[in-house]
Amino acid sequence: MSSVLGKAREGIVPLMKVVRLKGMSILDQLHLEERLLRTSSDNWCLINHGTNSPAIVMGLSGKLSELVETKSVLRDHIPIIRRFTGGGTVVVDNGTIFVTLICNKDAVPNVQPFPRPIMSWSGLLYGKVFEGLADFHLRENDYAFGDRKFGGNAQSITKNRWIHHTSFLWDYQVKNMSYLKLPSKAPKYRLTRDHTDFICRMKEHMPRSEFIERTIKAVGDEFSVSPVSLDSIDIDSVSEYVHTTRLLTEQEIREASILQT
Amino acid sequence: MACRQLWASRAASYLRISVFHRTFSTVLNNLKYADSHEWVKVDGNSATIGITDHAQDHLGDVVYVELPEVGAAVTQGDGFGAVESVKATSDINSPVSGKVVEINEELSNSPALVNSSPYENGWIIKVELSDNSELNKLMDSEQYSKFCEEEDSKH
Repeated sequence: MSSVLGKAREGIVPLMKVVRLKGMSILDQLHLEERLLRTSSDNWCLINHGTNSPAIVMGLSGKLSELVETKSVLRDHIPIIRRFTGGGTVVVDNGTIFVTLICNKDAVPNVQPFPRPIMSWSGLLYGKVFEGLADFHLRENDYAFGDRKFGGNAQSITKNRWIHHTSFLWDYQVKNMSYLKLPSKAPKYRLTRDHTDFICRMKEHMPRSEFIERTIKAVGDEFSVSPVSLDSIDIDSVSEYVHTTRLLTEQEIREASILQT
Repeated sequence: MACRQLWASRAASYLRISVFHRTFSTVLNNLKYADSHEWVKVDGNSATIGITDHAQDHLGDVVYVELPEVGAAVTQGDGFGAVESVKATSDINSPVSGKVVEINEELSNSPALVNSSPYENGWIIKVELSDNSELNKLMDSEQYSKFCEEEDSKH
C-alpha cells in the first residue's frame, strides 16, 4: 500500500485492468492475450479459473514428437495448441488456474524488459501472495512449494510491452499428465523425479478464493487495480488480428506420431 | 591488472572495438544501433542486421530464432522475427526499412550463434534498404554504449 501511495504522490500509479474469467477455453484465452499484448496500450491482469476441456499447450518452438505422447493424444482426441510465448509444454484442464500479467515496460520501470528481470519481479509478487501461508520459491523459472512445482511460466516481450503468464496446478488428474513425455531439458531442481513426484496441487495449500484475492492485492501494491468485464473489451478493434497461437491439425499430430514409432 | 587493461584497450583500439568494463558488452564502431538493441551494418544499399552483445547477454541462451521469409518487407522500428530464450519469445525489431533478401538459415540448426557471435556468424537478416536517410535516426557506437550503460544503471 505504501508503495502505491508513494507513487500516487508522484502521480504515476499505473492503472491495471483486471478481468476475471471462468472456464474460458485456453485457445480463446491465448488469442485474447495475444491481441491485448499487440494491440492494446493498457496494463492487464487476466485470471481464468479452469479451461473447459483438457488441452496440451506447447511453447512457440516446441517439437511435438519430443514433448507429447502423440498416440494417446490421437486416441483421446486431445487438442494441442502452439502458443505465442516461449517455454515448455503443459496439459491444462478445469483444475488449472491461469494468471496473466500484460504490462507496458514503462509501467514497471524498475524491471528491464528481458526474461530474467521479469521472472524475478513475478517471483517477488507471488512471494507476497503466499507469504506466511506456504513455502513458496521461484525455482529457476517455476513456482514451487518446497521443491514441488505448482506453477509454470512463459513470456513474450515486444518493443514496449511484455506478457508474463502462468498456469497454476490448482488440481490435476494423473492420467492427463501421462500425455506429456519427460522433456529433454528439465530444470536442475527436478533431478530425476517423474511427474507425480515433481509437481503438487495448490488446493492442498490454500483455498482458491484466497489465492485469487491475495493475487489481486499483490498486484494492487504496484498498480491501481480496476475490475473490468470481458464484454467491455472492445472486440471491433481486435477482430481482424492474425494470431500466432493456433490449434495443431490432426495431420501434424499424425506426422509426429510416425516419428515416434 | 593495470597491464592487462592497458593491453585490452590497445587491442580494442586496433580492432575498432569499444569495451565496457562494467557490462563487458562489446560494441563495434562501424555499426549503427537501435534503442531496441539491434545493430545494422550498411554497405551501399544493403544492410545486415542482428542483435547486439548487450541484448544476447540480457536475453540468455537463445534456443530458437523465428525468421521472416525472403522477400518480406521490414519497417524501421517494427518487429520482423523473434528469438526464444529462457521461457520468453522476444521480438526482433528492424533498425531500417526495406526488403529481406537473405536470412541466416544457420540459425535454424544453431540458434546459439546469436549468443556466441552476435555481430558475425549470428547475423539474422540481410535487407535491401528503401530509405538510407533512416540511418540518421540510429545511434552510433558511442551513443549506444552510453545508452546501454544508462539502462543498466537504472536497474
